[in-house]
Amino acid sequence: MLQPRDEAEVAEIIATCDGPLEPVGGGTKRTIGRPVEAESLELGALRGIVDYEPEELVITARAATPLAEIEAALRERGQRLAFEPPDWAALLGTRAQATLGGVIAANASGSRRLTAGAARDHFLGFRAVSGRGERFQAGGRVVKNVTGYDLPKLLAGSWGTLAVLTEVTVRVHPLPECERTLVVDARGPRAAVRMMGAALASPCDLSGAAFAPRLGVVLRLEGFAPSVEARSRMLLEVLEADGAQADRHWLEADASGRLWEQVSGAQRLVSHSIVWRLSIAPSDAPRLLERTEPEDYLLDWAGGLLWIGASRADPQRIRGALEGGHATLFKAPPEVRSAIPVFPPLCAQLAALTARVKAAFDPADRLNPGRMS
Amino acid sequence: MICLLEPDPAILARRPAILAALRAAVPGVALVEDTLRLAAYETDALTAYRQKPLAVALPDSTAQVATLLAFARHEGLKVVPRGAGTSLSGGAIPVADALLVGLGKLNRILEVDWANRCVVAQCGVPNLAITHAVAERGFYYAPDPSSQIACTIGGNVAENSGGVHCLKYGLTTHNLLGVELVLPDGGVVRLGGRHLDAGHYDLLGIVTGSEGLLGIVTEATVRILKRPASARALLIGFATAESAGACVAAVIAAGIIPAGMEMMDQPAVAAAEAFIAAGYPLEARALLIVELDGPRAEVDHLAGRVAELARAHAATSCRASSSEAERLAFWAGRKAAFPAVGRLSPDYYCMDGTIPRRELPRVLGAIGQMSVRYGLKVANVFHAGDGNLHPLILYDANAPGELERAEAFGAEILRLCVDVGGVLTGEHGVGLEKRDLMPYQFSATDLSIQERVKAAFDPDGRFNPGKVFPLLHRCAEEGRVHVHRGAERRADLPRF
Repeated sequence: MLQPRDEAEVAEIIATCDGPLEPVGGGTKRTIGRPVEAESLELGALRGIVDYEPEELVITARAATPLAEIEAALRERGQRLAFEPPDWAALLGTRAQATLGGVIAANASGSRRLTAGAARDHFLGFRAVSGRGERFQAGGRVVKNVTGYDLPKLLAGSWGTLAVLTEVTVRVHPLPECERTLVVDARGPRAAVRMMGAALASPCDLSGAAFAPRLGVVLRLEGFAPSVEARSRMLLEVLEADGAQADRHWLEADASGRLWEQVSGAQRLVSHSIVWRLSIAPSDAPRLLERTEPEDYLLDWAGGLLWIGASRADPQRIRGALEGGHATLFKAPPEVRSAIPVFPPLCAQLAALTARVKAAFDPADRLNPGRMS
Repeated sequence: MICLLEPDPAILARRPAILAALRAAVPGVALVEDTLRLAAYETDALTAYRQKPLAVALPDSTAQVATLLAFARHEGLKVVPRGAGTSLSGGAIPVADALLVGLGKLNRILEVDWANRCVVAQCGVPNLAITHAVAERGFYYAPDPSSQIACTIGGNVAENSGGVHCLKYGLTTHNLLGVELVLPDGGVVRLGGRHLDAGHYDLLGIVTGSEGLLGIVTEATVRILKRPASARALLIGFATAESAGACVAAVIAAGIIPAGMEMMDQPAVAAAEAFIAAGYPLEARALLIVELDGPRAEVDHLAGRVAELARAHAATSCRASSSEAERLAFWAGRKAAFPAVGRLSPDYYCMDGTIPRRELPRVLGAIGQMSVRYGLKVANVFHAGDGNLHPLILYDANAPGELERAEAFGAEILRLCVDVGGVLTGEHGVGLEKRDLMPYQFSATDLSIQERVKAAFDPDGRFNPGKVFPLLHRCAEEGRVHVHRGAERRADLPRF
């Protein structure tokens, strides 16, 4: 078992050990991606907040710092990670604890990604060790930074295939004074997408918009109390103008919070052995649902994120129905994930470019080989 | 002085043949070849450096761009892309043996997709034109660099441009959904689209802010937002930069993220007031303009909170706008800051660096001392919300040695930005201007990894050469460095 105590030891391991490595933070997302045959590089000792300056709106921590520790430290100072890292533990059937580095490596972003941006949008800088064993840094600790290439964007969502993150800097945001969610009946996905679009086309400043059968459309407002009040009235007017005569009610504070934890975590699909995750143009959602006829589904990001629950993988049916956007096989038994492309297949040009980018960091394909295929 | 790349004499000698082959390979493409007309392309907004390219091609379609780049690859030609040429860091300054590709003719908005709240535009569309295209339904495109009436969306992608409102609404990279990109080999790929997340590596993210080094973006899909219901501004004067800085920190600590927060020091305020009489308090050593936007109830509530915080931090004056006209008047001086400072001296050098906000008083103090030491006046404009600093160094290019002193002064400021935990550039890009300072912020390993990413896109190193990444360890005599067919003289010297 490889258990480096610090970045120097990570580099030494990569430089001196032969063979493939699987970087592991909390191990919460090991079942996402093509199964990898590699020795685990357990990074648990690389933890701890290095620097936290609330007035600068940034926090720097070692990559395997538990997410819970980060969130607690932020909450104490009235701040949070705006991209709402989702809790996929229930969905994936794991009890493990997510780490900040792992969240970033997976670009794991929840419902607020719709308006607040994804993990990649809040990832300012890092230290890491490349597949060649080089220790390097990129980005910085400030938001306004166009010095050199934006490597944080590239590392976010790279699933440990380019470099092993050892230290990360992320932007933080104020915790809003209050939160509430409007729950509205909708006849079906077409009406739901239109309703969510109408709400987003208004100055209501939503921070979440989702829909699922038997749930209805859920629309979240956050902010200072007088603002949320005014925007609540505005939202009701907008929906009436859109023709929504249906049943509706508000969820306040904790109840709202719990709802969005479930939505971000796609928890309604827990019992499905196969879960697809599609990133699409919202206007495509209704047609996709008609063509794929899923057993169950959840539409987040106002229709831009479609979770599908199934019992058979059926990649041709899912990917064949796409017109733009892409589909990832998020959850499936390992033998299924070994047999079909888990991540979206790339056209020849992009595949070649992607391979060259990978080779720039990890020419010998040591890190999580094949994970993203 | 910053070294410009010396051209390959073999390319220069073959110019007529190359251009004849180009005309044959890309029939009908507009070309600028004569010396007089080439002068229009010899510089950008970093006017201290000028160089005419081999020729200028002005393609009018993605297909023409692709054919051009395939031809350039076949001939081993360097390529310099150009949007509107507004770069303040020399990003569009030609190289003498390079083909300059001007993207101005790709200037159509292709689609406004209301359902998906995005606009698809060709790369040569000016930033503000996108907002105009969606204004009829009360939408806008949020990133608003000061040059937005001219700068192109393609250029915005190259520089990851921001603007006053990026504090709340993000930079280009946060508002960009997809691009069509022509690679250095002439291949055309699409990164992203109308959907939110990358399916594999975030190549869209790495292309954004790549300063024309990785290929040519021919089309961009951007998010549009509903215009906020209202906006108000506060004009706040302070007796010291320290109290202004403390007020900014207090606003952030109160959980308020304003739409914009700008600071001007006394020289900048005095210059602006002399130029445009915006009614700025002349006795203030630091002036803060805070803009709040959103629903009326929220804006009024936050304006009250900010005013309280200002008073609690020894503001010497505080006015909140009570009308749209007054809000615009508060901004008039800030928006005129650069031309206002330009009246004071034949030339000015606009710097761009980012520092942690808490370092502002220290950095301003140090800049003041440098000003005395270099014998050059300076005025400071500061994006207080995100620590992005614009010192404006006044000089006279005709006075012998003043340009060099201004550059040395600027470089010292940027090194100080890095020393206090910031970065060399917050918005203007590295370009030509800050290329040689990159080793101050990044180690040799850091830079070599970035260079390998570049090589993944541009294996021959032909795209916008001489920009962003340092050349050899030191320049050859006369400040010219000869790089022949990508192979450096003195290859034994470590390359950063």
